[in-house]
Amino acid sequence: MNGFDLFAILLNPGFGQMLLDGMKMTAVVAGCSWLTGMTLAMLLLTVRLTGSWGERLVAGYVSYHSNVPTLVQLMLWYFGIASMLPVDWQGWLSEHHAEAVFAIIGLSLCQAAYFSEDLRSGLRGVPSGQTEAARALGHSYLSCMRHVLLPQAARNALPALVNHSVSLFKNSSLAMAIGVAELTHAVKEIENQSFRTFESYAIATTVYLLCSLLIMAAGALIAQRSHLAATR
Amino acid sequence: MIMDILDILDIVRDNWILLLIGQYPNGPLGGIACTLILSLLGIVLAFPLSVLLALARLSPWRLLRWPATTLVYIVRGVPLLMVILWVYFLVPLLIGHSVSGFVTMLCTLVIYEGAYLSEVVRAGIEALPRGQMEAARALGLSHLGAMRLVILPQALYNMLPSLLSQFVATIKETTLGYVINVPELTFAANQINNQLLTKPFQVFAMLALIYFVVCWALTQGAHLLDRRIARKRAGSSTVPVAQALPSCASLSAEA
Repeated sequence: MNGFDLFAILLNPGFGQMLLDGMKMTAVVAGCSWLTGMTLAMLLLTVRLTGSWGERLVAGYVSYHSNVPTLVQLMLWYFGIASMLPVDWQGWLSEHHAEAVFAIIGLSLCQAAYFSEDLRSGLRGVPSGQTEAARALGHSYLSCMRHVLLPQAARNALPALVNHSVSLFKNSSLAMAIGVAELTHAVKEIENQSFRTFESYAIATTVYLLCSLLIMAAGALIAQRSHLAATR
Repeated sequence: MIMDILDILDIVRDNWILLLIGQYPNGPLGGIACTLILSLLGIVLAFPLSVLLALARLSPWRLLRWPATTLVYIVRGVPLLMVILWVYFLVPLLIGHSVSGFVTMLCTLVIYEGAYLSEVVRAGIEALPRGQMEAARALGLSHLGAMRLVILPQALYNMLPSLLSQFVATIKETTLGYVINVPELTFAANQINNQLLTKPFQVFAMLALIYFVVCWALTQGAHLLDRRIARKRAGSSTVPVAQALPSCASLSAEA
Protein backbone atom coordinates (compact mmCIF):
# COMPACT_ATOMS: atom_id res chain seq x y z
CA MET A 1 0.00 0.00 0.00
CA ASN A 2 1.28 3.45 -0.78
CA GLY A 3 1.33 5.75 2.22
CA PHE A 4 -1.32 7.14 4.47
CA ASP A 5 -4.16 8.58 2.38
CA LEU A 6 -7.48 9.43 4.01
CA PHE A 7 -8.93 10.81 0.79
CA ALA A 8 -8.58 7.49 -0.99
CA ILE A 9 -11.54 6.50 1.15
CA LEU A 10 -13.36 9.76 1.76
CA LEU A 11 -13.41 10.82 -1.91
CA ASN A 12 -14.16 7.37 -3.30
CA PRO A 13 -17.88 7.59 -4.05
CA GLY A 14 -18.60 3.97 -3.13
CA PHE A 15 -16.78 4.10 0.21
CA GLY A 16 -18.11 7.57 0.98
CA GLN A 17 -21.66 6.30 0.53
CA MET A 18 -20.96 3.26 2.73
CA LEU A 19 -19.61 5.53 5.47
CA LEU A 20 -22.64 7.81 5.26
CA ASP A 21 -25.05 4.87 5.37
CA GLY A 22 -23.15 3.44 8.32
CA MET A 23 -23.33 6.70 10.23
CA LYS A 24 -27.03 6.99 9.45
CA MET A 25 -27.65 3.47 10.76
CA THR A 26 -25.63 4.18 13.92
CA ALA A 27 -27.65 7.35 14.48
CA VAL A 28 -30.95 5.52 13.93
CA VAL A 29 -30.04 2.61 16.23
CA ALA A 30 -28.61 4.83 18.98
CA GLY A 31 -31.34 7.49 18.69
CA CYS A 32 -34.29 5.07 18.66
CA SER A 33 -32.80 3.05 21.52
CA TRP A 34 -32.26 6.21 23.55
CA LEU A 35 -35.84 7.41 23.10
CA THR A 36 -37.45 4.03 23.79
CA GLY A 37 -35.03 3.37 26.62
CA MET A 38 -35.79 6.67 28.33
CA THR A 39 -39.57 6.21 27.97
CA LEU A 40 -39.35 2.69 29.37
CA ALA A 41 -37.10 3.87 32.18
CA MET A 42 -39.73 6.37 33.32
CA LEU A 43 -42.38 3.63 33.19
CA LEU A 44 -40.13 1.30 35.18
CA LEU A 45 -39.50 4.00 37.74
CA THR A 46 -43.23 4.61 38.16
CA VAL A 47 -43.91 0.89 38.52
CA ARG A 48 -41.08 0.60 41.02
CA LEU A 49 -42.61 3.28 43.23
CA THR A 50 -46.07 1.69 43.33
CA GLY A 51 -45.33 -0.94 45.96
CA SER A 52 -43.30 -3.91 47.05
CA TRP A 53 -44.35 -6.09 44.09
CA GLY A 54 -43.52 -3.39 41.58
CA GLU A 55 -40.26 -2.86 43.39
CA ARG A 56 -39.34 -6.54 43.20
CA LEU A 57 -40.36 -6.83 39.54
CA VAL A 58 -38.27 -3.85 38.45
CA ALA A 59 -35.34 -4.91 40.62
CA GLY A 60 -35.36 -8.25 38.81
CA TYR A 61 -35.55 -6.54 35.45
CA VAL A 62 -32.62 -4.27 36.29
CA SER A 63 -30.63 -7.16 37.73
CA TYR A 64 -31.06 -9.24 34.56
CA HIS A 65 -30.08 -6.41 32.24
CA SER A 66 -27.08 -5.28 34.24
CA ASN A 67 -25.65 -8.75 34.88
CA VAL A 68 -25.96 -10.21 31.38
CA PRO A 69 -23.56 -8.81 28.76
CA THR A 70 -25.27 -6.58 26.20
CA LEU A 71 -23.91 -8.65 23.33
CA VAL A 72 -25.50 -11.79 24.79
CA GLN A 73 -28.82 -9.93 25.18
CA LEU A 74 -28.67 -8.91 21.52
CA MET A 75 -27.89 -12.49 20.46
CA LEU A 76 -30.75 -13.81 22.58
CA TRP A 77 -33.12 -11.38 20.85
CA TYR A 78 -31.89 -11.81 17.31
CA PHE A 79 -31.05 -15.52 17.20
CA GLY A 80 -33.21 -16.80 20.04
CA ILE A 81 -36.41 -14.88 20.52
CA ALA A 82 -36.80 -14.09 16.82
CA SER A 83 -36.95 -17.84 16.07
CA MET A 84 -39.83 -18.31 18.54
CA LEU A 85 -42.05 -15.80 16.73
CA PRO A 86 -44.82 -16.94 14.33
CA VAL A 87 -43.51 -17.64 10.85
CA ASP A 88 -45.35 -14.81 9.09
CA TRP A 89 -43.97 -12.29 11.62
CA GLN A 90 -40.48 -13.62 10.93
CA GLY A 91 -41.04 -13.16 7.20
CA TRP A 92 -42.32 -9.63 7.67
CA LEU A 93 -39.41 -8.75 9.94
CA SER A 94 -36.76 -10.16 7.64
CA GLU A 95 -38.07 -7.86 4.91
CA HIS A 96 -37.86 -4.88 7.26
CA HIS A 97 -34.30 -4.95 8.65
CA ALA A 98 -34.99 -7.55 11.35
CA GLU A 99 -31.43 -7.21 12.68
CA ALA A 100 -31.81 -3.45 13.21
CA VAL A 101 -35.24 -3.88 14.83
CA PHE A 102 -33.90 -6.46 17.29
CA ALA A 103 -30.78 -4.40 17.95
CA ILE A 104 -33.00 -1.46 18.89
CA ILE A 105 -35.26 -3.64 21.06
CA GLY A 106 -32.29 -5.23 22.84
CA LEU A 107 -30.36 -2.01 23.35
CA SER A 108 -33.35 0.00 24.54
CA LEU A 109 -34.51 -2.65 27.02
CA CYS A 110 -30.98 -2.85 28.40
CA GLN A 111 -30.61 0.91 28.48
CA ALA A 112 -33.97 1.34 30.21
CA ALA A 113 -32.55 -0.63 33.15
CA TYR A 114 -29.55 1.69 33.47
CA PHE A 115 -31.58 4.88 32.96
CA SER A 116 -34.19 3.81 35.51
CA GLU A 117 -31.45 3.17 38.09
CA ASP A 118 -29.99 6.63 37.37
CA LEU A 119 -33.39 8.28 37.70
CA ARG A 120 -34.11 6.37 40.89
CA SER A 121 -30.95 7.57 42.57
CA GLY A 122 -31.76 11.05 41.26
CA LEU A 123 -35.22 10.77 42.78
CA ARG A 124 -33.76 9.80 46.15
CA GLY A 125 -32.04 13.16 46.19
CA VAL A 126 -35.35 15.04 45.93
CA PRO A 127 -36.58 15.98 49.43
CA SER A 128 -39.84 14.26 50.42
CA GLY A 129 -41.38 17.66 51.18
CA GLN A 130 -41.63 18.16 47.42
CA THR A 131 -44.03 15.23 47.03
CA GLU A 132 -46.04 16.28 50.06
CA ALA A 133 -46.32 19.85 48.83
CA ALA A 134 -47.31 18.75 45.32
CA ARG A 135 -49.94 16.32 46.63
CA ALA A 136 -51.25 19.00 49.03
CA LEU A 137 -51.62 21.34 46.06
CA GLY A 138 -53.92 18.77 44.45
CA HIS A 139 -51.56 17.07 41.97
CA SER A 140 -52.41 13.45 41.28
CA TYR A 141 -49.67 10.83 41.77
CA LEU A 142 -48.81 10.82 38.05
CA SER A 143 -49.01 14.57 37.65
CA CYS A 144 -46.81 15.09 40.69
CA MET A 145 -44.35 12.62 39.18
CA ARG A 146 -44.35 14.32 35.80
CA HIS A 147 -44.34 17.99 36.80
CA VAL A 148 -42.55 18.06 40.13
CA LEU A 149 -40.43 15.00 40.87
CA LEU A 150 -39.09 13.77 37.52
CA PRO A 151 -37.69 17.15 36.38
CA GLN A 152 -35.74 17.48 39.63
CA ALA A 153 -34.71 13.83 39.58
CA ALA A 154 -33.49 14.24 36.00
CA ARG A 155 -31.38 17.21 37.10
CA ASN A 156 -29.79 15.19 39.92
CA ALA A 157 -29.28 12.22 37.66
CA LEU A 158 -27.88 14.20 34.74
CA PRO A 159 -24.19 13.20 35.05
CA ALA A 160 -25.07 9.51 35.24
CA LEU A 161 -27.60 9.83 32.40
CA VAL A 162 -25.00 11.49 30.17
CA ASN A 163 -22.46 8.75 30.93
CA HIS A 164 -24.98 6.06 30.09
CA SER A 165 -26.07 7.90 26.94
CA VAL A 166 -22.46 7.88 25.78
CA SER A 167 -22.16 4.19 26.57
CA LEU A 168 -25.40 3.51 24.67
CA PHE A 169 -23.96 5.33 21.67
CA LYS A 170 -20.80 3.23 21.95
CA ASN A 171 -22.79 0.04 22.46
CA SER A 172 -24.63 0.64 19.19
CA SER A 173 -21.45 -0.77 17.62
CA LEU A 174 -22.31 -4.16 19.15
CA ALA A 175 -25.18 -4.35 16.67
CA MET A 176 -22.48 -5.20 14.13
CA ALA A 177 -22.21 -8.66 15.67
CA ILE A 178 -25.79 -9.46 14.62
CA GLY A 179 -25.26 -7.99 11.16
CA VAL A 180 -26.57 -4.45 11.40
CA ALA A 181 -24.81 -2.32 8.78
CA GLU A 182 -23.82 0.48 11.15
CA LEU A 183 -20.58 2.45 11.22
CA THR A 184 -18.23 -0.25 12.54
CA HIS A 185 -19.71 -2.76 10.10
CA ALA A 186 -19.31 -0.30 7.21
CA VAL A 187 -15.71 0.41 8.17
CA LYS A 188 -14.82 -3.29 8.30
CA GLU A 189 -16.40 -3.69 4.89
CA ILE A 190 -14.40 -0.75 3.49
CA GLU A 191 -11.23 -2.17 5.05
CA ASN A 192 -11.88 -5.51 3.35
CA GLN A 193 -12.33 -3.89 -0.03
CA SER A 194 -9.68 -1.15 0.07
CA PHE A 195 -7.02 -2.81 2.29
CA ARG A 196 -6.54 0.63 3.86
CA THR A 197 -6.98 -0.56 7.45
CA PHE A 198 -5.33 2.37 9.17
CA GLU A 199 -7.29 5.02 7.29
CA SER A 200 -10.69 3.39 7.60
CA TYR A 201 -10.28 2.73 11.33
CA ALA A 202 -9.01 6.28 11.84
CA ILE A 203 -12.14 7.71 10.19
CA ALA A 204 -14.53 5.61 12.26
CA THR A 205 -12.62 6.31 15.48
CA THR A 206 -12.73 10.05 14.82
CA VAL A 207 -16.46 9.97 14.13
CA TYR A 208 -17.18 7.96 17.30
CA LEU A 209 -14.91 10.14 19.41
CA LEU A 210 -16.37 13.41 18.12
CA CYS A 211 -19.96 12.25 18.68
CA SER A 212 -19.17 11.01 22.21
CA LEU A 213 -17.43 14.26 23.11
CA LEU A 214 -20.41 16.14 21.65
CA ILE A 215 -22.81 14.19 23.89
CA MET A 216 -20.58 14.88 26.92
CA ALA A 217 -20.38 18.58 26.03
CA ALA A 218 -24.17 18.77 25.55
CA GLY A 219 -24.57 17.15 28.96
CA ALA A 220 -22.27 19.73 30.53
CA LEU A 221 -24.23 22.53 28.84
CA ILE A 222 -27.58 21.19 30.07
CA ALA A 223 -26.12 20.75 33.55
CA GLN A 224 -25.00 24.37 33.55
CA ARG A 225 -28.39 25.59 32.26
CA SER A 226 -30.45 23.52 34.71
CA HIS A 227 -28.20 24.58 37.54
CA LEU A 228 -28.98 28.19 36.65
CA ALA A 229 -32.68 27.38 36.43
CA ALA A 230 -32.57 25.72 39.84
CA THR A 231 -30.84 28.60 41.58
CA ARG A 232 -32.97 31.30 39.98
CA MET B 1 -41.89 -23.48 28.83
CA ILE B 2 -41.18 -26.73 30.71
CA MET B 3 -39.90 -28.21 27.46
CA ASP B 4 -37.52 -25.29 27.01
CA ILE B 5 -36.07 -25.77 30.48
CA LEU B 6 -35.61 -29.50 29.82
CA ASP B 7 -33.94 -28.64 26.50
CA ILE B 8 -31.56 -26.26 28.26
CA LEU B 9 -30.66 -28.95 30.81
CA ASP B 10 -30.04 -31.39 27.94
CA ILE B 11 -27.78 -28.90 26.17
CA VAL B 12 -25.80 -28.29 29.36
CA ARG B 13 -25.48 -32.03 30.00
CA ASP B 14 -24.23 -32.73 26.48
CA ASN B 15 -21.82 -29.78 26.28
CA TRP B 16 -20.68 -28.99 29.80
CA ILE B 17 -17.02 -29.64 29.06
CA LEU B 18 -17.09 -27.28 26.08
CA LEU B 19 -18.83 -24.62 28.17
CA LEU B 20 -16.42 -25.07 31.07
CA ILE B 21 -12.98 -25.37 29.45
CA GLY B 22 -13.57 -25.32 25.69
CA GLN B 23 -11.58 -27.88 23.70
CA TYR B 24 -8.80 -27.68 26.25
CA PRO B 25 -6.52 -30.69 26.16
CA ASN B 26 -6.84 -30.83 22.36
CA GLY B 27 -7.04 -27.11 21.69
CA PRO B 28 -6.88 -23.71 23.35
CA LEU B 29 -8.44 -23.22 26.78
CA GLY B 30 -11.95 -21.87 26.31
CA GLY B 31 -15.40 -21.55 27.81
CA ILE B 32 -16.00 -20.07 31.24
CA ALA B 33 -12.39 -20.78 32.23
CA CYS B 34 -11.17 -18.59 29.37
CA THR B 35 -13.68 -15.85 30.19
CA LEU B 36 -12.65 -15.76 33.85
CA ILE B 37 -8.89 -15.97 33.25
CA LEU B 38 -9.12 -13.28 30.59
CA SER B 39 -11.05 -10.88 32.80
CA LEU B 40 -8.94 -11.62 35.88
CA LEU B 41 -5.66 -11.08 34.01
CA GLY B 42 -7.15 -8.01 32.36
CA ILE B 43 -8.14 -6.37 35.61
CA VAL B 44 -4.92 -7.35 37.43
CA LEU B 45 -2.75 -5.91 34.65
CA ALA B 46 -4.96 -2.87 34.19
CA PHE B 47 -4.84 -1.98 37.88
CA PRO B 48 -1.23 -0.67 38.09
CA LEU B 49 -1.79 1.22 34.83
CA SER B 50 -4.94 2.78 36.24
CA VAL B 51 -3.19 3.94 39.43
CA LEU B 52 -0.44 5.55 37.34
CA LEU B 53 -3.05 7.19 35.09
CA ALA B 54 -5.01 8.50 38.06
CA LEU B 55 -1.85 9.89 39.68
CA ALA B 56 -0.89 11.53 36.38
CA ARG B 57 -4.37 13.08 36.08
CA LEU B 58 -4.17 14.47 39.62
CA SER B 59 -0.54 15.49 39.45
CA PRO B 60 0.41 19.16 39.68
CA TRP B 61 2.52 18.79 36.48
CA ARG B 62 0.78 19.64 33.24
CA LEU B 63 3.13 17.46 31.20
CA LEU B 64 1.75 14.38 32.98
CA ARG B 65 -1.83 15.58 33.34
CA TRP B 66 -2.62 16.28 29.70
CA PRO B 67 -1.58 13.01 28.02
CA ALA B 68 -3.34 11.00 30.72
CA THR B 69 -6.52 13.07 30.41
CA THR B 70 -6.44 12.73 26.62
CA LEU B 71 -6.03 8.96 26.82
CA VAL B 72 -8.93 8.63 29.27
CA TYR B 73 -11.22 10.75 27.09
CA ILE B 74 -10.30 8.83 23.95
CA VAL B 75 -11.05 5.51 25.60
CA ARG B 76 -14.30 6.84 27.07
CA GLY B 77 -15.38 8.08 23.65
CA VAL B 78 -14.53 5.11 21.44
CA PRO B 79 -16.46 1.81 21.42
CA LEU B 80 -14.64 -1.21 22.84
CA LEU B 81 -15.18 -2.96 19.51
CA MET B 82 -13.19 -0.23 17.76
CA VAL B 83 -10.35 -0.59 20.29
CA ILE B 84 -10.34 -4.34 19.66
CA LEU B 85 -10.05 -3.75 15.91
CA TRP B 86 -7.18 -1.31 16.45
CA VAL B 87 -5.27 -3.70 18.72
CA TYR B 88 -5.94 -6.59 16.33
CA PHE B 89 -4.41 -4.51 13.55
CA LEU B 90 -1.60 -2.65 15.36
CA VAL B 91 -0.10 -5.17 17.80
CA PRO B 92 1.12 -7.60 15.10
CA LEU B 93 2.57 -4.62 13.18
CA LEU B 94 4.40 -3.36 16.26
CA ILE B 95 5.87 -6.63 17.50
CA GLY B 96 6.43 -8.18 14.09
CA HIS B 97 4.49 -11.43 14.38
CA SER B 98 0.85 -12.37 14.72
CA VAL B 99 -0.66 -12.91 18.16
CA SER B 100 -3.57 -15.05 19.30
CA GLY B 101 -7.06 -13.67 19.84
CA PHE B 102 -6.57 -14.18 23.57
CA VAL B 103 -3.54 -11.85 23.67
CA THR B 104 -5.30 -9.29 21.47
CA MET B 105 -8.30 -9.27 23.77
CA LEU B 106 -6.06 -9.07 26.85
CA CYS B 107 -4.19 -6.02 25.47
CA THR B 108 -7.51 -4.36 24.64
CA LEU B 109 -8.90 -5.00 28.10
CA VAL B 110 -5.78 -3.64 29.78
CA ILE B 111 -5.98 -0.37 27.82
CA TYR B 112 -9.76 -0.03 28.14
CA GLU B 113 -10.09 -1.07 31.77
CA GLY B 114 -6.96 0.88 32.68
CA ALA B 115 -8.66 4.07 31.57
CA TYR B 116 -12.00 3.26 33.21
CA LEU B 117 -10.39 2.07 36.45
CA SER B 118 -8.30 5.23 36.58
CA GLU B 119 -11.56 7.17 36.89
CA VAL B 120 -12.53 4.92 39.79
CA VAL B 121 -9.15 5.42 41.46
CA ARG B 122 -9.36 9.17 40.88
CA ALA B 123 -12.83 9.33 42.41
CA GLY B 124 -11.53 7.29 45.37
CA ILE B 125 -8.66 9.72 45.89
CA GLU B 126 -10.87 12.78 45.53
CA ALA B 127 -13.43 11.35 47.94
CA LEU B 128 -10.90 11.48 50.79
CA PRO B 129 -11.05 14.61 52.92
CA ARG B 130 -8.61 17.27 51.71
CA GLY B 131 -7.19 17.43 55.22
CA GLN B 132 -5.43 14.09 54.64
CA MET B 133 -3.23 15.52 51.91
CA GLU B 134 -2.72 18.80 53.71
CA ALA B 135 -1.77 17.09 56.97
CA ALA B 136 0.65 14.75 55.17
CA ARG B 137 2.29 17.67 53.38
CA ALA B 138 2.44 19.66 56.61
CA LEU B 139 4.23 16.73 58.24
CA GLY B 140 6.94 17.11 55.62
CA LEU B 141 6.05 14.39 53.09
CA SER B 142 6.52 15.18 49.41
CA HIS B 143 3.50 15.06 47.04
CA LEU B 144 4.42 11.55 45.88
CA GLY B 145 5.31 10.43 49.40
CA ALA B 146 1.96 11.64 50.69
CA MET B 147 0.19 9.84 47.83
CA ARG B 148 2.04 6.59 48.43
CA LEU B 149 1.94 6.47 52.21
CA VAL B 150 -1.25 8.32 53.12
CA ILE B 151 -3.71 8.80 50.27
CA LEU B 152 -3.44 5.63 48.14
CA PRO B 153 -3.67 3.07 50.97
CA GLN B 154 -6.93 4.65 52.13
CA ALA B 155 -8.34 5.31 48.66
CA LEU B 156 -7.56 1.82 47.35
CA TYR B 157 -9.08 0.14 50.38
CA ASN B 158 -12.26 2.20 49.98
CA MET B 159 -12.53 1.34 46.30
CA LEU B 160 -12.33 -2.45 46.70
CA PRO B 161 -16.10 -2.82 46.01
CA SER B 162 -15.81 -0.66 42.88
CA LEU B 163 -12.89 -2.80 41.80
CA LEU B 164 -15.08 -5.88 42.12
CA SER B 165 -17.88 -4.30 40.08
CA GLN B 166 -15.32 -3.29 37.47
CA PHE B 167 -14.33 -6.97 37.37
CA VAL B 168 -17.95 -7.79 36.56
CA ALA B 169 -17.89 -5.16 33.80
CA THR B 170 -14.73 -6.81 32.44
CA ILE B 171 -16.39 -10.23 32.38
CA LYS B 172 -19.18 -8.70 30.32
CA GLU B 173 -16.69 -7.05 28.01
CA THR B 174 -14.86 -10.32 27.27
CA THR B 175 -17.95 -11.37 25.28
CA LEU B 176 -16.72 -9.08 22.51
CA GLY B 177 -13.78 -11.43 22.08
CA TYR B 178 -16.32 -13.49 20.13
CA VAL B 179 -15.88 -11.03 17.23
CA ILE B 180 -12.17 -11.92 16.88
CA ASN B 181 -12.71 -15.64 17.63
CA VAL B 182 -11.41 -15.77 21.20
CA PRO B 183 -12.73 -19.17 22.36
CA GLU B 184 -14.51 -17.78 25.45
CA LEU B 185 -18.00 -18.60 26.71
CA THR B 186 -20.00 -16.71 24.07
CA PHE B 187 -17.92 -18.30 21.34
CA ALA B 188 -18.52 -21.76 22.83
CA ALA B 189 -22.27 -21.11 22.94
CA ASN B 190 -22.22 -20.08 19.29
CA GLN B 191 -20.37 -23.30 18.45
CA ILE B 192 -23.07 -25.30 20.21
CA ASN B 193 -25.75 -23.30 18.42
CA ASN B 194 -24.13 -24.01 15.06
CA GLN B 195 -24.06 -27.75 15.85
CA LEU B 196 -27.67 -27.96 17.02
CA LEU B 197 -29.12 -25.41 14.55
CA THR B 198 -32.70 -25.92 15.77
CA LYS B 199 -32.54 -24.59 19.33
CA PRO B 200 -31.16 -21.04 19.23
CA PHE B 201 -33.49 -19.75 21.94
CA GLN B 202 -32.51 -22.45 24.41
CA VAL B 203 -28.78 -22.07 23.70
CA PHE B 204 -28.74 -18.29 24.13
CA ALA B 205 -31.08 -18.37 27.12
CA MET B 206 -28.64 -20.79 28.73
CA LEU B 207 -25.75 -18.47 27.87
CA ALA B 208 -27.55 -15.49 29.41
CA LEU B 209 -28.33 -17.56 32.49
CA ILE B 210 -24.70 -18.59 32.99
CA TYR B 211 -23.49 -14.99 32.71
CA PHE B 212 -26.27 -13.89 35.03
CA VAL B 213 -25.33 -16.37 37.74
CA VAL B 214 -21.62 -15.53 37.60
CA CYS B 215 -22.04 -11.75 37.47
CA TRP B 216 -24.91 -11.64 39.96
CA ALA B 217 -22.89 -13.56 42.54
CA LEU B 218 -19.95 -11.20 42.10
CA THR B 219 -22.21 -8.12 42.27
CA GLN B 220 -23.68 -9.39 45.53
CA GLY B 221 -20.14 -9.89 46.78
CA ALA B 222 -19.37 -6.28 45.90
CA HIS B 223 -22.44 -5.07 47.84
CA LEU B 224 -21.44 -7.14 50.85
CA LEU B 225 -17.89 -5.80 50.74
CA ASP B 226 -19.22 -2.27 50.37
CA ARG B 227 -21.35 -2.54 53.51
CA ARG B 228 -18.49 -4.10 55.45
CA ILE B 229 -16.03 -1.40 54.50
CA ALA B 230 -18.55 1.33 55.28
CA ARG B 231 -19.13 -0.24 58.74
CA LYS B 232 -15.44 -0.64 59.36
CA ARG B 233 -14.67 2.94 58.44
CA ALA B 234 -17.55 4.25 60.50
CA GLY B 235 -16.18 2.31 63.48
CA SER B 236 -12.47 2.96 63.02
CA SER B 237 -12.45 6.67 62.23
CA THR B 238 -13.63 7.78 65.68
CA VAL B 239 -12.01 5.27 68.04
CA PRO B 240 -8.27 5.66 67.37
CA VAL B 241 -8.52 9.44 67.09
CA ALA B 242 -10.30 9.61 70.43
CA GLN B 243 -7.70 7.35 72.03
CA ALA B 244 -4.68 9.08 70.56
CA LEU B 245 -5.83 12.63 71.02
CA PRO B 246 -8.18 12.91 73.98
CA SER B 247 -8.29 16.69 73.73
CA CYS B 248 -9.57 16.51 70.16
CA ALA B 249 -12.23 13.88 70.88
CA SER B 250 -15.04 16.37 71.05
CA LEU B 251 -13.90 17.99 67.80
CA SER B 252 -13.80 14.74 65.85
CA ALA B 253 -17.19 13.76 67.17
CA GLU B 254 -18.64 16.96 65.79
CA ALA B 255 -16.99 16.43 62.41
